[in-house]
Amino acid sequence: MAKFKTRLKAKMKGDKVNIKAIVSHPMETGRRKDKKTGEKIPTHYINEVVVTANDKVLLTADWSGTISKNPYLSFNYAGKSGDKVKLNWKDNQGNTGEAEKTVK
Amino acid sequence: MKRRTFLKGTLAASVTGAAVGGGLLAPNMAFASEAADAYAATSMEDALKALGITTEDSDKVEVIAPDLAENSAVVPVEVKTTLEGAEEIHVFISNNPTVYAAKFKLGEGIDPAVKCRYKVGKTGDVIAVVKAGDKYYMGKKAVKVTKGGCGG
Repeated sequence: MAKFKTRLKAKMKGDKVNIKAIVSHPMETGRRKDKKTGEKIPTHYINEVVVTANDKVLLTADWSGTISKNPYLSFNYAGKSGDKVKLNWKDNQGNTGEAEKTVK
Repeated sequence: MKRRTFLKGTLAASVTGAAVGGGLLAPNMAFASEAADAYAATSMEDALKALGITTEDSDKVEVIAPDLAENSAVVPVEVKTTLEGAEEIHVFISNNPTVYAAKFKLGEGIDPAVKCRYKVGKTGDVIAVVKAGDKYYMGKKAVKVTKGGCGG
């Protein structure tokens, strides 16, 4: 469980809410080789991220291995203090993660 | 220390490049669905064809990325648009082994501007395609990736 850490920030910025998220994840493209054994490292990346505010979907992201390791995501939305922001992700190996924050 | 991370980045990138010829793309292509095809596409044209979309250039789609990537494995890119009613943002990295990088579906109340970090294997364009209404608009930005040099 604690293998992948999902961090989420939701803060007022002017009249918008700013969301920032980072997930600790290797994001392997499947093309890299293990330097010691010479074996391919299998693909392992987050392929779906869903961000909701008060159970309404704000953003759905479909990713590929092209996203950098420990993916970062940031955007603004028209919201208010007290909104419940939730982030869920899943990767191609069936792992999932989530984080929840109340907008300050 | 900076130099060390830089080297690591370029090394990873060159391994990525070398593996393309080795037919390592095959596992991705096993997927039959349309979206998976787009993710396996190796050129911009193929990716757009797999998605079944045609685009037109627009100066209302803005890609904000560094001119010179210091670490090709972590290139911060922001895609922004001033188009009314933007629904989707697609991001492509033109010279990567698989060009289709990400798709963002925008919900209600969100600003059409998304920041994320991408791997950019070789010097090329970061291309953003924004869906607004029934049309797709394209904007791009060239990003230079150097190997073994200092960012300058």
